[in-house]
This record gives sequence, C-alpha cells and structure tokens, in this order.
Amino acid sequence: MDSTFQLFPESASQIADRVDALYLFLVAVALFFTFLICVLILYFGVKYRRGSLAERGNPPRSNLLELAWAVVPFLLSMVMFVWGADVFYDIKTPPADALQIDVVGKQWMWKVHHPGGQSEINQLHVPLGRPVRLRMVSEDVIHSFYIPAFRVKQDVLPGYYTQMWFQPDRAGTYHLFCAEYCGTEHAQMIGSVIVLEQDAFADWLSGETGDPPEVAGARLFERHRCGSCHKAQGGSGPSLAGVFGRRVPLKSGESIVADEQYLRSSILNPQQHIVAGFQPLMPSYQGQLNESDVLKIIAYMKTLEGNASASGEDTGDGNDQPPETEN
Amino acid sequence: MSNRNYLNANYNVWSWFFTTDHKRVAILYLISITVFFLVGGAAAVLFRLELMTPEGDLVLPETYNRLFTLHGIVMIFFFLIPAVPAVFGNFLLPMMIGARDLAFPKLNLASWYLYSLSGLFGVWVILTGGVDTGWTFYTPYSTTYGNTSVLSAAIAAFIAGFSSILTALNFLVTTHTMRAPGMTWFRLPLFVWAHYAMSLVVLLGTPVLAIAIALVGIERAFHVGIFDPKLGGDPLLFQHLFWFYSHPAVYIMVLPAMGVISELITCFARKKIFGYTFIAFSSLAIAVLGFLVWGHHMFVSGQSMYAGFVFSFLSMLVAVPSAVKVFNWTATLYKGSVIWNTPMLYALGFIGLFTMGGLTGLFLATLGVDVHVHDTYFVVAHFHYIMVGGSLMAYLGALHFWWPKMTGRLYPEGWGRISAILIFFGFNLTFFPQFVLGYLGMPRRYHVYPEEWQILNVMSSAGASILGVGYLLPLGYLVWSLRYGRRSGKNPWRASGLEWEAESPPITHNFHKTPIVTGDVYDYDPTEPVELETEKHPEKVTVQ
Ligand code: HEC
Ligand SMILES: [Cu+2]
Ligand SMILES: [Cu+2]
Repeated sequence: MDSTFQLFPESASQIADRVDALYLFLVAVALFFTFLICVLILYFGVKYRRGSLAERGNPPRSNLLELAWAVVPFLLSMVMFVWGADVFYDIKTPPADALQIDVVGKQWMWKVHHPGGQSEINQLHVPLGRPVRLRMVSEDVIHSFYIPAFRVKQDVLPGYYTQMWFQPDRAGTYHLFCAEYCGTEHAQMIGSVIVLEQDAFADWLSGETGDPPEVAGARLFERHRCGSCHKAQGGSGPSLAGVFGRRVPLKSGESIVADEQYLRSSILNPQQHIVAGFQPLMPSYQGQLNESDVLKIIAYMKTLEGNASASGEDTGDGNDQPPETEN
Repeated sequence: MSNRNYLNANYNVWSWFFTTDHKRVAILYLISITVFFLVGGAAAVLFRLELMTPEGDLVLPETYNRLFTLHGIVMIFFFLIPAVPAVFGNFLLPMMIGARDLAFPKLNLASWYLYSLSGLFGVWVILTGGVDTGWTFYTPYSTTYGNTSVLSAAIAAFIAGFSSILTALNFLVTTHTMRAPGMTWFRLPLFVWAHYAMSLVVLLGTPVLAIAIALVGIERAFHVGIFDPKLGGDPLLFQHLFWFYSHPAVYIMVLPAMGVISELITCFARKKIFGYTFIAFSSLAIAVLGFLVWGHHMFVSGQSMYAGFVFSFLSMLVAVPSAVKVFNWTATLYKGSVIWNTPMLYALGFIGLFTMGGLTGLFLATLGVDVHVHDTYFVVAHFHYIMVGGSLMAYLGALHFWWPKMTGRLYPEGWGRISAILIFFGFNLTFFPQFVLGYLGMPRRYHVYPEEWQILNVMSSAGASILGVGYLLPLGYLVWSLRYGRRSGKNPWRASGLEWEAESPPITHNFHKTPIVTGDVYDYDPTEPVELETEKHPEKVTVQ
C-alpha cells in the first residue's frame, strides 16, 4: 500500500494481469471510438460551419454504411463478451486443491477462520503462490469481500454460503474493502490482506492459537445438547453419522443432498426442510449459534463417519474423530 | 403583449393549480423539477466537500449516508426520470403532432400532483426519518435493519413511478389517436418516437417496482419471509425485482434525451437527420432489450455463473442500437451548415459524453472486468456520464432550444455558451477521475478512503464546483430573460416542426387552426442561408 499518487492499481494475484489485459483492450477500444467521434464532430463542425465555403447538401442515405456501423460494434462487443466470460470462468472456478478459509462478515467487521483454528479480525493472512478459497457468509446484511490488488470481489450474503478464490503471486499487504453498502460504518469495514512467503505463513500459523474447527464444533455440539436427539439409533432426530454429502429424503417427498448450505439451514432454519420420517421437533438455533459456530459444527459433522460406530452419541470427545483436513 | 397566449390567458393562481393545459402542466413540472434538482445538488455539494479529505471530518458517517441516499433518490426518481418527458414531452408532444392537448388532460394534471406530493413527502421522510439505504434499497438492510421511514421513502418513489405511468399512458394514446391530418408515423419527429418508446418502458417496468415495494411492506408488516433469510426469504430476489425496473429506468431517463438530441442536431446542422428509420427503430430496440439485461448489476451477487454469461451477452447487444444512434447523429453534421450556438453545444457535448458513458458501460458488461470494478467509483463515473453527461445535457439543451417557445423570450446567447462550456469541462473534471479511482479499487458509498486517493478526489470535487457554477448560471439568466430577454418570434431558430408554427408563447389551444402536414419531417436545406433571431441586433427585431 503505497501512499503516493496512483493511476493504476498494483497487482498481486494470478488473475490480475489477465483482468488488466482485458481492461486495457477495452480502454483502447473506448479511446479509439471516443476520439473518432470527437474528431469527426469537430472536423465536420468546423469544416461545415455555417458560412464556410464547403460543399453542402442532403446526401442520399447509404444502407451499406448504416449496416457497417451496426455490424462493427456488434462484432467488437462479441469479442469483449467472449474474452470477459473466459476470464470470469476462471475467477469463478477454484482449483480442487485450494486452501479453504472461512470468512464471516458482520456489521462492520470481517472475521476470518483458518482451517487450523486460527482466527483473525479484519485481517487475512494467506500464503504466497497457493490457491485460496474463501467460504463466506454474513451474520446480518449483504456485504462484499473485495481485494482490489487481486481484482476479485464477491458479495457475502446472509443465509447463503458464497465463495471466491485467488492465488496471491506477490508478497505484501493489500487493501481489503467491503464493497456492498451495509450501513453506517460501511466505509470502516476494511482491513488488510497479508500475503506471506510459504515459510513465513507457516510460522505465522504456528504463532496463533485456536482449536481446529471440528474440535470446537464438537464442543458446541455437546454444549447445545444436539446429541440428546441425534443418537445413532432411537433418537427423536436422525442419526448424523455420515450426514455430509448424503442424499436426504424429505417429508415433502423430495430429496436433497446434505451440503454445507443444507446443514446450515438444518441448524438455523430447521423448518425449511423436514427429514422424512421425523417430526419437526428440532428447535432453531438462530440467536444461540452465530455463523462462526455453525461453520465449526459443520466441520465437526463432516467428521462423523457414516459406516463407523461413531455417531451423535459420543459427542463428548471430538478428539477421537480423525481430524479431517479440508483440502 | 397584446396577444392572448397560454401564459397570460388567466393570471389567477387557481388557473395554474387546476389547469388542464399540457403547456401549463409542463411549466408546473419545470418549477418542481428545478426545486428537486437543487435539493439533490445541495446534497452532492456536501458530500463532495467531505470527500476532499481522506478522513471523515466534515460530516458524520450516518449523515454522509443520508446525503448520498437523498442525492440518489431525488435525482433519479424526482429529477431525471420526469425531467425531459414531463417538461418537454408534456409541452411539445401534442404540439409536434399538431394536437390541441394530450388525450387525457386531467390525468396529466393528476400526474403532476402525484409527482410533487410524493417528491415532497420523499424528501421530508429522508430528512426527518434518516433513510440511509442508498437509492437501491437493498434487502435485508432496508427491510430488517433500516427504520420504518425506508418503506415510506420507497413508497414515495413508487408514487412518483405511478405518476410517470399516467404520463406514459397519455403519451401513447395521444400519439396513436391525435396526430394531425397528414402526420404519418414516419413523419413523426424522432422526439415523439423516443417518447413513445420510453412510455412503453414505463408501462411495462414500473409495476414490477410496485410489486417489489409491496413485498417489502408485507415482509415488514407481517414477518413473512420474502427477502430476509432469517425468515426463510431470499435476499437476492429483491435485487432481481429492483433491477428489472431500475435498469429499464435508465432508458426511461435516456430515450427522451436522445429524442431531444435528434431535434437539436438536425436544426443546427440544417440537415435532414441521417438514418431516420434506424434511429426510430433503435429506440424501440433499446426499449425491448433494456428489459433483458437487469442481471448485469448482479454479476458478483451470488447469482449463478451461467446467468452471468447470459446477462453479459444480452447487455452487449444493447450497445449496438446506441452506437447506431451516435454514428447517425455524427453523420448528420456531414455536409450540413453547422451553427455553434448554445443548444448545439449541449447536443454535441451530449454525443461525446454519452459515447464515453456507453463505452464504459461495455466495461461493466464484460464479466471479467466487472468483478473488479463493480460497486466502485468506476460505476459511479459510468452512470454519471450517461445520466448527467447524457440526460442532463440534453435537458439543458432542450431548455435553451424551446425556451423561446415556452416563454416568448430569447435567452442571452453569450451567457448560454459560457455556461455550456463550463458545464462540459466541469463535468469531465468531476467524473473522469472517478474512472481512475474505480479501477484503483475505491468502493462507492465510502466517506473515508485511503490517503493515496486524495488527489483524484480533490480533482473531482474541484470539477464539481465548476459544474455547480455552470448549473447556477442558466438559473440566473433564464429567470432574468423572462423579464429582460428579447421577445422571440414564432420560429427563432428557423426550425422545422409543427411547434414552430404556433405562436411564441403558443395560444391555449396551440394552433389557430389544425395544421395539415404535407411535407417530410426535418425539412432542412443546408445550402439555404439562415439567420437566427438570437443573432439579430436588437433594433432589427420585430415581433411577428
Ligand atoms: C429436540 C431434539 C433436537 C435437538 C436438540 C437437535 N435436533 Fe437436529 N434434528 C431434530 C429432528 C427431529 C430432526 C429431523 C427433522 C428436521 O429435519 O427438522 C433434525 C434434523 C437435523 C439435521 C438434518 C439431518 C439430516 O439427516 O438431514 C441436522 C444437520 C441437525 N438436526 C443438526 C442438529 C444440531 C447441530 C443440533 C445441535 C446444535 C441439533 N440438530 C439439535 C431434532 C433435534
Ligand atoms: Cu459494507
Ligand atoms: Cu443496468
């Protein structure tokens, strides 16, 4: 973050140069047509000014010319469309091996949870040269996670997980902004993204403390007595063993794959989907569990193996579950 | 003046408040629109002052947020949307087609009342209730977190929309049924075509805004989950509904402006417009395509990637009819006899600025770039090039061009040119740096920002002060001209078009007898020498 006058932003991610190339192409097209129009206006305006000696008249119309200036903009705009869609596709498609970090937005701060349990506020430490995928959700209104130096941005919604990814390619500290207006202190919902060399990043991680999310999640699971209903058998709620990724039959007759979004709404909006064969007994945990807690419980639920004996009953000790690394 | 005209027909105040004369309604609109423009402008002055420094030192954050909300809501719903159609459309559309009035004169007056009351109500609610949602009213901020005034402000915006529905209906019916003998569809001035297309957009789009606002009300009142995810609603649904109206609203603001430009260019190039049918149909094409592109406001909202592809593609298509118009206007100058006076300066300025606005719109339609510039100052700059560089320039051009017709007086030409030039340069200085700021990553609606962006922000604020002076000048000299301006004859610009056959100012029923149209539209001959009334020496002027 260089505090002198700037005309062009610094670039620090794998996609930044591609966005800039496309941008410069658009700038070139825009300059060309702006100059063309301005020069023509001035040239005609001066040459054919009233009283000049230029030859005047109402020329016959030319369909060919008119067709040409419909077709040329059309073709150019198609180039923009295809090129832009290509870059967008890459912006939207994270590689499978990306490091997953959770981001929770709330008026007016960003909470970040690393897979090893480290948490930070209004700061995001990431390793250089490694793809990072952010899974994001908001506690309240819509926010937007924006890192100009990476040329990426994604709205952070309440109630729905969204994701974005990037691969930092230059170490340094970069601006982090909330780009979606979110109330009084919107302009203060800012922070920094710190890109560290891989070793420095590992050092940083080990210097921070915090329980891994699945461990913290297990604790929450116990504290909120989820296991009193969710037993391996015979509980008033379905067994949660192997729930993640399972196809769940619903009371409505449909079925749904239990992804993160589904698990989240099962906890905060249980009435939305009722599992077939069960009563709508599950209380909503809205107000008791925040989004960070829910993410942790989801991490814990992901560790509950379907085939093993592990079930909701032995929730007391999350540590005997094989800690799953998320990537 | 000895002649009876629509202005001096009756001096009684009630004759204004109960008038059904489309010209008087237009004047009422002119006055109210100017008031709202000043309100919206004052808000802009304050936040541009705040942005002179990176710290938030002039106003509190909540004040800043209310200021840009006030500016946005007032300028869009109470200034730009009604500006050209309600003032000039009302005044001119019947005259241009040779009619005595609009089809439903009382409805026309009613629409002014709806508009003015909703405007006053809106401003009052925003100022006293502290509405700070921005003009976009995004949920769930507006529903769950905003206070009750938000709903009132949204209702005010909707009532203003309803008033434009009445105007649009009036224009459509009038154009269909009240054309003078011989006024065929392809003899209609392009101003009328543009208003026709705009009216279609208003009629189809505004009801969706009403639905969105009604749903917000229902959610707030009955806690039904519609937009709020805590209640099981979908926060993006509001954005879809909102932009389904508000993107076409851009064309509601721009199409009439394009109509104005077609009139000005032909008159002061003394030429037939190049490609009349292309321009007429491109208005309709823009109106139709405008309904299919709302998702380009939502590329990073969490909408699916494939929806992004479709909306990007369709948005590109809108560029084509707009480009066609720009080329046609430019080509109209070729072999013309160009007169560089005030309305023409505005018209030429419009073409340049609208071109830049349109081209930067392509940046935003291009997916890979939009991800970076969405919700930054790039967007702010882009739509000000369209709305201010486009619509407002056209509005001012129209104001100067038809001023003699509306008031019977000529404005001072020298002052007119000075203010047009000031506005052009002030405008560019204000908004061009914002493109740069946007690509640097400055988010919109920020009242504090990193210090490395101060220089560009100061440039922008400096430009805004020039712009402010540029806007105040016409306010001064136009009012001055009402009393001291030279009297205008029927046709001070030697322009073609039926409105110029009427007296200046016109009589209450516009024409002494219904005109019969025999010739083509834009019957200009660039080889014919012409002298405008603004150029004559005062002694030589005789009132026609
Ligand atoms: C009062 C008993 C009760 C408690 C306590 C309870 N649940 Fe449930 N839960 C249910 C019932 C009954 C269902 C099935 C009906 C439904 O879908 O709402 C269910 C469904 C679920 C599901 C969906 C399961 C599937 O197979 O699709 C998840 C996930 C879940 N609960 C998680 C939790 C978590 C996490 C907690 C603790 C924070 C918890 N539950 C606490 C009763 C309970
Ligand atoms: Cu924000
Ligand atoms: Cu749009």
